[in-house]
Amino acid sequence: MATEERTLFDSSEITVSMGPQHPSTHGVLQVKLKLDGERVLDAECVIGYLHRGVEKLGENQTYGQFLPTLDRMDYIAAVSNCLGFCEAIEKMLEVEAPPRAQYVRVIMTELNRISSHLLWLGTHALDIGAMTVFLYCFREREEILKIFENYCGARLTTHMFRIGGLQYEIYDGFEEQVRTFINDFPSKIDEYETLLTQNRIWVARTRGVGVLTTEDAIDIGVTGPCLRASGLDWDIRKSNPYAAYSEFDFDIPVGEHGDTYDRYLVRVEEMRQSTRIIQQGIDRIPEGPIRAKVSKILKPAPGDVYHSIEAPKGELGYYVVSDGTTQPSRVRVRPPSFVNLQALKQMVIGHMVADVVAIIGTLDIVLGEIDR
Amino acid sequence: MDFFVDFILEPAIKIGVVFLVVSGVVAYLTFLERKVIAFIQVRLGPMRVGPHGLLQPIADGLKLMLKEDIIPSGADRMVFAMAPIITLIPAFIVFSVIPFGPTVTLPFIDREVDLFITDLNIGILFLLAVSSVGILGVILGGWASNSKYPLLGALRSAAQMVSYEVALGFSIIGVLLLSSSLSLVDIVHAQRDSGYWFVFLQPVGFMIFWICGVAETNRAPFDLPEAETELVAGFHTEYSGFRFSLFFMAEYASMIIISSMVVTLFFGGWLAPFGLTFPLIPVGLQGVGWFCLKVLVFLYFYLWFRASWPRYRYDQLMNIGWKVLLPIAIANVVVTAVLILLLRG
Repeated sequence: MATEERTLFDSSEITVSMGPQHPSTHGVLQVKLKLDGERVLDAECVIGYLHRGVEKLGENQTYGQFLPTLDRMDYIAAVSNCLGFCEAIEKMLEVEAPPRAQYVRVIMTELNRISSHLLWLGTHALDIGAMTVFLYCFREREEILKIFENYCGARLTTHMFRIGGLQYEIYDGFEEQVRTFINDFPSKIDEYETLLTQNRIWVARTRGVGVLTTEDAIDIGVTGPCLRASGLDWDIRKSNPYAAYSEFDFDIPVGEHGDTYDRYLVRVEEMRQSTRIIQQGIDRIPEGPIRAKVSKILKPAPGDVYHSIEAPKGELGYYVVSDGTTQPSRVRVRPPSFVNLQALKQMVIGHMVADVVAIIGTLDIVLGEIDR
Repeated sequence: MDFFVDFILEPAIKIGVVFLVVSGVVAYLTFLERKVIAFIQVRLGPMRVGPHGLLQPIADGLKLMLKEDIIPSGADRMVFAMAPIITLIPAFIVFSVIPFGPTVTLPFIDREVDLFITDLNIGILFLLAVSSVGILGVILGGWASNSKYPLLGALRSAAQMVSYEVALGFSIIGVLLLSSSLSLVDIVHAQRDSGYWFVFLQPVGFMIFWICGVAETNRAPFDLPEAETELVAGFHTEYSGFRFSLFFMAEYASMIIISSMVVTLFFGGWLAPFGLTFPLIPVGLQGVGWFCLKVLVFLYFYLWFRASWPRYRYDQLMNIGWKVLLPIAIANVVVTAVLILLLRG
């Protein structure tokens, strides 16, 4: 600048703090943005506002007691959290849940994946201004939550499974309720797609925004739909099948450009595939016990285990160290949102402020999981 | 006595009626908006105040009036207080030239009455000029708040309104060429005489006018100034209570104006479609009824847009205004002019 005098309209950098009380940062995320006018020069995420020390809590509880705490991490996908930890401990104890339990687990986890994606789609669309999609998504999500409520009494923090299998047998009318839902749901997805997929404004707002190349995604460690939208066919359900996933037939949608629009398409297609999985599961639920023989007091042999599953947001991994007592000696969680959030800086630089909102939305983060 | 009746009593009655009706429509437009969007989103909308929430606008109005009037410290008090009024008054003044219905003879007293406040020979220029004054209030309000977000919001709104006004102005010229008059009443008469509503002769002009109209009123999908995801509430962030409601009323009044302009310029104003007439109903009532019905359709479009579409980004908005709509509008003027020259010889 030639002039010495500084006015409000200088094009010098300004720093804007977005969050932690901003309507569209999806929780208590704070993003410090360096702006040149409307362009983002730099972004820094400040996290930790929701830190509750979940990993440390695990060291002071027995394995069974720790399960409900885990529901509070990614509270949108509590069922996946529960499944991951149950399977990790089962691996440690060298027991396997009976087939019936495995199938119920798959059905519940996939229902949860749909509900998580619905919440993502609704809020993401709301951030970009399409508010009707939000209410439509919540209408369908409500049906899933009703199934959860009927099964275990809770809607959000479900504590759905137990180590070794299930606590409860499925309720009367469960199969019918799930069938009704999956019969209606594909037409509901078409409804969302009518509102968004071909919408010029939606495409203009999401195409080419927040591009993440395959190499960058791998380097940062991004997993889940974000990685698949960047063009890598990587889904733990296929690559390292857990639960009963190897017995199911489903496709992994993969994107090409790695932009916000592709991530939208990948997640929408994932909802359809989840419907397929649930359909197969509900048709073939085997008879039998719902819980393996597991002692009331769990004392895994000293050693460690790492187990990861494909949560709706990406790879959710548990590393558990046992010292032979009733409580884990160390629990470490690899949360997908935390790792995916690292890509934010790379994705927003050079974009407009309005795009930051879209990019935070497309990453599908949950702060409960990031801060733990 | 004639002077008193012609120039004071009759206009006063008409102004009073128009003012009251427009205020009521503005209030109930907010109700309609909530109901329509609620039905689109499979909800019920307001249901508590009165049957089906019919008294909701009154409750809202009372709430806004009884709220504490907050003026932020450091704000320019006088400008801050004046800004909403500056925005609201032009929004109501322009109704003086909108032709709601034809000229009719009143029964019993046998008197010719125009069903519009006045027929200005430069009506449309007056309309555009006065409605532009409202932007001043937006800028002043944002500036006087002494806060970052309102200032940015006000600049955005102003830029948006001004740039879309250019294309809007061009899109009208086609109609003016066809009707060879600037008077809104004459434009309606021209549509009656030619037998076609101008939307059939000027489809491109209509589309551009309507898009620009939506953008100029800062409504979805061009509602950036109010994008809560970025700028909180735009220029009226610091306003609350009654002053906020003035801005709010101005926004809804401008929606009605734009809809009225579309109806008058392109959809034959008070003219009935297909020459429909109902022998038992007075002609004036029929005209006003058709006019209101058509305006309502366009108001519904406003609400429909808001419920269905995401919003544009600021730079995309400006690109559409300057790079797409303006060139098309200018091309439309040229084509229309050439065609008129060729066809009329």
